[in-house]
Amino acid sequence: MNVIVCIKQVPDTTEVRLDPVTNTLIRDGVPSIINPDDKAGLEAALAIKDQTGAKVTVISMGPPQAENALREALAMGADEAVLVTDRAFGGADTWATSSTLAAAIAKFDYDLIITGRQAIDGDTAQVGPQIAEHLGIPNISYAEEIKVEEGYIQVKRQYEERYHLIRAELPCLITALAELAEPRYMSPGGIFDACRKAEITVLSRTDLDVDDSNIGLKGSPTRVKRSFTKQAKGKGSVIEKDTLESVNWLIDRLQEKYII
Amino acid sequence: MDFELSREHTMARQLFRDFAENEVKPLAEEVDEEERFPKETVVKLARYGFLGIPFAKEHGGQGCDTLTYAMCVEELSRVCATTGVIVSAHTSLGAEPIRKYGTNEQKEKYLVPLAKGEKLGAFGLTEPNAGTDASGQQTKAVLDGDNYILNGTKIFITNGGEADIYIIFAMTDKSSGTKGISAFIVEKGFQGFSIGKKEKKMGIRGSATTELVFEDCIVPAANRLSVEGKGFGIAMGTLDGGRIGIAAQALGIAQGALDETVNYVKERKQFGRSISHFQNTQFQLADLKSRIEAARLLVYRAALAKDSKARFSEEAAMAKLFASETAMAVTTKCVQLYGGYGYTRDYPIERMMRDAKITEIYEGTSEVQRMVIAGAMLK
Repeated sequence: MNVIVCIKQVPDTTEVRLDPVTNTLIRDGVPSIINPDDKAGLEAALAIKDQTGAKVTVISMGPPQAENALREALAMGADEAVLVTDRAFGGADTWATSSTLAAAIAKFDYDLIITGRQAIDGDTAQVGPQIAEHLGIPNISYAEEIKVEEGYIQVKRQYEERYHLIRAELPCLITALAELAEPRYMSPGGIFDACRKAEITVLSRTDLDVDDSNIGLKGSPTRVKRSFTKQAKGKGSVIEKDTLESVNWLIDRLQEKYII
Repeated sequence: MDFELSREHTMARQLFRDFAENEVKPLAEEVDEEERFPKETVVKLARYGFLGIPFAKEHGGQGCDTLTYAMCVEELSRVCATTGVIVSAHTSLGAEPIRKYGTNEQKEKYLVPLAKGEKLGAFGLTEPNAGTDASGQQTKAVLDGDNYILNGTKIFITNGGEADIYIIFAMTDKSSGTKGISAFIVEKGFQGFSIGKKEKKMGIRGSATTELVFEDCIVPAANRLSVEGKGFGIAMGTLDGGRIGIAAQALGIAQGALDETVNYVKERKQFGRSISHFQNTQFQLADLKSRIEAARLLVYRAALAKDSKARFSEEAAMAKLFASETAMAVTTKCVQLYGGYGYTRDYPIERMMRDAKITEIYEGTSEVQRMVIAGAMLK
């Protein structure tokens, strides 16, 4: 069985601070990490490998330094790593990213593709499902539990106050929630092998069968009209009354604002 | 000459830092307070290969190097010196002598499970009357057919009772002095081997430090490490390596204390501003950091020397001497910067000061290190 995991290198947003003057993100010195949902997906793939001996390939599209995220994935136990990188891919929105990644994935054998639900630096949750569309395979999003059977996958899909149990024929793409699996640590020996022995396959523009109109900034239909920094809300109120009084107070406030 | 860590060492340091922060730090106060050996942490250390870092993959290890191992002990000790010494004693003292002096059969039987972390290792040299003067061994081993019969008592043994495999030194020929000492691999379950008193200590209180008691203990002759009479050399050679582990532990304690203190002085306000604004605080922090960096260079150089040189006694002794005295000085100064709060158990800094002291004592006191260094200069 071949499992492909798409990972994205993102700034660790828990370490990002806002410049109080310009209200922009201070990215200097912010460490890069594997996007948490993607890392959970990678762990799920490695668990399948532990059980079935599946081969796990990680793919990342990004600038050359995304290689570090791939080496981390190798040090956790992935078998192969593919870096999709080219200036021609720069400035891609979700459409251009998914077109590019799908063209890269199409070069490999796969039974299961796992992507994270969404990246913490974009929060779109679009790239995974779009890859499935480009490849013409089923997609199950919001996976919080998975079970792989011969030729099939069963996914528990999170859905507001309930969940769906979905069984799909492979090949199939799933998007992983961070809750899907607690990622393992790298091992010291895995790090040494990932840095000293592992070869990372690099795919550039000329390696991919994809139309120019679907890649990079020019292939990105998304236009950012305006971006703004959310204003901080005022301080909340602390109500110290007994339970019944507190609830009545809260209901009054909610009714005042026409929330209920 | 290159002072930059390689990519793999940088990644390994981050791994050890993350593991220490997430898995070890939350337990540090509790294992100290309750003098509890953190068994659950040892299970995790084993799972991620931290108990076999410098050993070859064919021996069940990670195929890394001494520097990676030292950085592991350093980062663990930065948050919990107890956990640091569990790894150090296991790796340097329990497993390494089997790697260096063991037969292929001994490596297969003992080094592989130690390096995989399936078994924990320890080392028994010190006796009530044989500390710095290790030649005063009174434990005896008498050959009887295919077995040796061991009688005697070891004291202050790190990982005592928790370890499964012990490297034990005993006199096989009393008349030959240090040339009459031999080394043995002793399993926890061997008949006649029992665990004696557990010490109540000032620091590293989660680490198990016990007596080992041998009463007509039967050890197969196949478990003798190297030939008869080579035990003293094995002990000294093993301690040379162990000192790198303890130097790394001391370095970690010092760094951990400084990191805690930097956070504290930014928070603590006196005279209307945080005490980090006072020049006394700033100058002290600058001195402490400089000293720690100097210790780090010595420790890392000793680690590199162990992998590249036949003899590294002097490098290891200087690293251990300087790093342990740095740990003691830094933690003492840090408690002072905390003031009264630093003396309470509400903050980790007093624990770090208590933990630091042992690094000047075990695996060769500071005085022994000076003897080694001066000895090499004057020979």
